[in-house]
Amino acid sequence: MSETKKMITFHVRKFEPGRDAAPAWRAYSIPLSKGMTVLDGLHEIKRTQDPCLAWRYSCRMGVCGSCAMLINGKPTLACNTQVSAVSEKEICVGPLPNFNIVRDLVPDLTPLFEKHQAVKPFILRKDQEEMENPSGEYEQTPHELEAYLQFSYCIRCGACMAACPTFATDRDYPGPMPLAQSYRYTSDSRDEGFEERTRAVDRASGVFSCHFGSECSAACPKGVDPAKAIQLMKRRMVWDYLHFLKRKKPCGIIHGQRTTGRRENIPEPPEYTIPQK
Amino acid sequence: MRHSRLWTWHIFAGLVILILLGLHMLIMHLAKFSPNSLNPAGGEAIDWANVVARGKMAFFMITYILLLGAALFHGLYGLNTIIGELNVGHGFKKFCGVALTLLGVALFLFGTWAAIAARGAAMGM
Repeated sequence: MSETKKMITFHVRKFEPGRDAAPAWRAYSIPLSKGMTVLDGLHEIKRTQDPCLAWRYSCRMGVCGSCAMLINGKPTLACNTQVSAVSEKEICVGPLPNFNIVRDLVPDLTPLFEKHQAVKPFILRKDQEEMENPSGEYEQTPHELEAYLQFSYCIRCGACMAACPTFATDRDYPGPMPLAQSYRYTSDSRDEGFEERTRAVDRASGVFSCHFGSECSAACPKGVDPAKAIQLMKRRMVWDYLHFLKRKKPCGIIHGQRTTGRRENIPEPPEYTIPQK
Repeated sequence: MRHSRLWTWHIFAGLVILILLGLHMLIMHLAKFSPNSLNPAGGEAIDWANVVARGKMAFFMITYILLLGAALFHGLYGLNTIIGELNVGHGFKKFCGVALTLLGVALFLFGTWAAIAARGAAMGM
């Protein structure tokens, strides 16, 4: 008895600037297999029907953020989205909105990276000598780590930028990802760059342009809450203006090696399974 | 200008509007619960004698000016923010910012003069 394979139709938005006058939808029908992700489906289309179809991907496991696209109207990662979870019959795949299109499903993420760079997404310290020639580790407690931990899970995929209604109309607005990252570094106990970062976001079309629509948080495939980070950044800046902000000294440095030894209650590691030379 | 300052004042202006509109509701629409000194002639709050009596009070002149300033700043800053989010040129946004600032200052000066002049007129009655 022959088994009839279930088919699914992918409607893909195709566009090649310079050749096409406008983007157009093209339908591809492919067999649906168990566990198939949208990225797998695109690979299948490229292999069997349209070798010219272009999209961006790398890790295939929701870590690199390259394959963010608009899937049935929701900006998310193609590698992290099971086809059967979206639809059993038809699926619409387009490039991330709010960005120019390089080709087909490839958005031009240059504005995202430029805006990200503008907020100085790295630890800024006033002790320049220590920054250039570190003499030890920064001492940070688990409690201090928790202040920014969830915002550090951002993979810069751009899904939040595609979902943001403010970024859709105001191209000067930094967008959820850069603003959330400005808070991520500002709330890091190792950092001293609040003033410098504030200069980048405390302006017209800056952090205060956020309407708190929270679409960015709903879209984030990594469960980061950029809307929360933006509100916390706003609060910090207002508190700073009112002189209510407690200025904390940045965490210290542990010079040299730790003197504490191995704790007694930690069991020894198992034997090597392969003999060591 | 740093927008954290403008935003902070925007929030404060909103609070001032909320408090003063609450006061307005108390005096004009809940006269039974408001102090008699605010409606000394008795009867309706909108009666001419009560209007003149309130017009003589410095407290009302100050709150009119405060409400005017808060409402103008809150409204015009909000309007400027909306214009700032439109997909229009930088030059137009800058022009709107300057125009709204000038409009706000002019309306505030005119309204302040009107509030002071109204008190003067009420004092003469």
